[in-house]
Amino acid sequence: MAGEVWVFAEQRNNVIQDVSVELLNPGRKIADELGVNLCSVLLGHNLGNLPDELIEYGADRVYVVEHPLLAIYQSDAYTHVLSELCRRYSPDVLLVGATFIGMDLAPRVAARLRTGLSAHIVGLEVDKETKLLKQIVPGFGGGVMAVVTCPKTKPQMATVRPGVFTKPEKSPGREGEVVKVEVPIDESMIKAKTIKMVQERPAGKQLEEAEVVIGIGMGACNPEIMRHVGELAKILGAAIGGTRPAVDEGYIKEDQMIGVSGKTVRPQLHIALGISGAMQYMTGVMGSKVILSINRDPNAPIFQMSDIGIVGDLKDVLPKLVEELKKRLGV
Amino acid sequence: MLNVIVCIKQVPDPNKLDMVKIHPVTKTIIREGIPLVINPVDKNAIEEALRLREKHGGRVVVLSMGPPQAREACREALAMGADEAILLCDRALAGSDTLATAYALAKAIEKIGKFDLVLCGSETVDGSTGQVPPQLAEFLGVPHVTRARKLEIKDGKALVESVIEHGYRLVEVELPAVISVVKEINTPRIVSAFGLVEAASKKLEVWTAKDIGADPSMIGLEGSPTAVVDVFKKEFKRMGIVLKGDPEEVVKQALDKLHELGVL
Repeated sequence: MAGEVWVFAEQRNNVIQDVSVELLNPGRKIADELGVNLCSVLLGHNLGNLPDELIEYGADRVYVVEHPLLAIYQSDAYTHVLSELCRRYSPDVLLVGATFIGMDLAPRVAARLRTGLSAHIVGLEVDKETKLLKQIVPGFGGGVMAVVTCPKTKPQMATVRPGVFTKPEKSPGREGEVVKVEVPIDESMIKAKTIKMVQERPAGKQLEEAEVVIGIGMGACNPEIMRHVGELAKILGAAIGGTRPAVDEGYIKEDQMIGVSGKTVRPQLHIALGISGAMQYMTGVMGSKVILSINRDPNAPIFQMSDIGIVGDLKDVLPKLVEELKKRLGV
Repeated sequence: MLNVIVCIKQVPDPNKLDMVKIHPVTKTIIREGIPLVINPVDKNAIEEALRLREKHGGRVVVLSMGPPQAREACREALAMGADEAILLCDRALAGSDTLATAYALAKAIEKIGKFDLVLCGSETVDGSTGQVPPQLAEFLGVPHVTRARKLEIKDGKALVESVIEHGYRLVEVELPAVISVVKEINTPRIVSAFGLVEAASKKLEVWTAKDIGADPSMIGLEGSPTAVVDVFKKEFKRMGIVLKGDPEEVVKQALDKLHELGVL
């Protein structure tokens, strides 16, 4: 009999992170194929009705561990508790959302359990014969995909970036089981102590939820161009993200980075500005309905990977685009 | 005095990753002809270690695991100013996943001896997992902090700003610890001609799996809980309409097309 399918439910300030809900979607599919329960694992303090919310999103069972030391993320305490739960209940699969906290926690838990962890998978299925999880992992910047299994150890662990899967429907009043578990922890085990979480920018989910996402590449990293980009974003109500080089140049923040090592977006329209089309980036926007790209280099690979491409200098094209959009949208 | 170990990896040049090919029959990854460099954010880890040495005194030892050509990466780290470099190089280590890699690095660090801090880049450009630093900390039995953008050492502790969504997590961590850094933390120094000359006379040791006393069942393919069962190249094609000419004209055409596609 296979063990359960677990999804780590990350809460911050008692709000479940979207990715933890998204993972209940593929989790449901796998659990059904294995014929086991889909479970969420929730750590925190005074969690109120959060377990019920997870049940409404599809969890059959929610394991809850409450303790004052778990109120905010503490890598040592969270690692201890999550590993301990895995030892007690032997789940077959453990999926963790690849938030910055999930990426801090999952590797340490995998190492403690001496099990395999696939990073930032973009797809998963159950092998019909072996019942092993086949995990699609992007490598070399997303240009190469590998199918990875974890045949010798359990749980089979994977991290998944926000936005890779869509949220399941909520079924109000859905019934499930809440299992409260005691795991002893004390202050002395906390060697890396989170003193506080500081929010510096509004916590909108602009990138993942925007209908229009503008992507900034090296070719757009220029103050004059960025002024036009700001205007364009305002007219379209678009969110702004971009490539690793744009982060390095300081034009966008690390949490605005799109691609294999950043966010996955799936807007109606993606506008790629001054982006050459490296797979690292394109992997994060391939779910877009339509891609419009503007680039000076007629040979840029991105033109093959776009629906519509404009060859031209952003300094010339962007003002015209803004002007024409203002006319058409009447703003 | 601070003893700092910096873990670095030699990787294919991130600007040329699209040159990676897959052999159609053997399904092995062909990366010939792609220049190799120090993983970019690992240079920030080296830089941070050098700055800590300038402030607190001590030594900076660079540790890498890879094929013989990874000596070049070690040499470059020495030219930046590291005191000593060690390359873990053994066919028995080939095929190690992040867990087996972390184990091997931990065994090497045990052999190096006493340390206050292990610094790493937050992730590599080839694997992009970011898993090795926390896993290395687990094998060493010390705490970890990932994605440091600011780091201060005081009274046997490090105060770290760890990047998270929309801000940061302020973490106070007891030393010794493993800390991974992001690019924001500093700007790596440029290697000078003088540094290159000096590097030539610095100690660069090559260690095998046996040298570090690694359990053969914990390294390489055998020691890796994950297995790659297939690889394929990602193809990504769309309509590919390309418009050229007068900006005003092409903008109009593009917007007409977007309207037709129902996204505007």
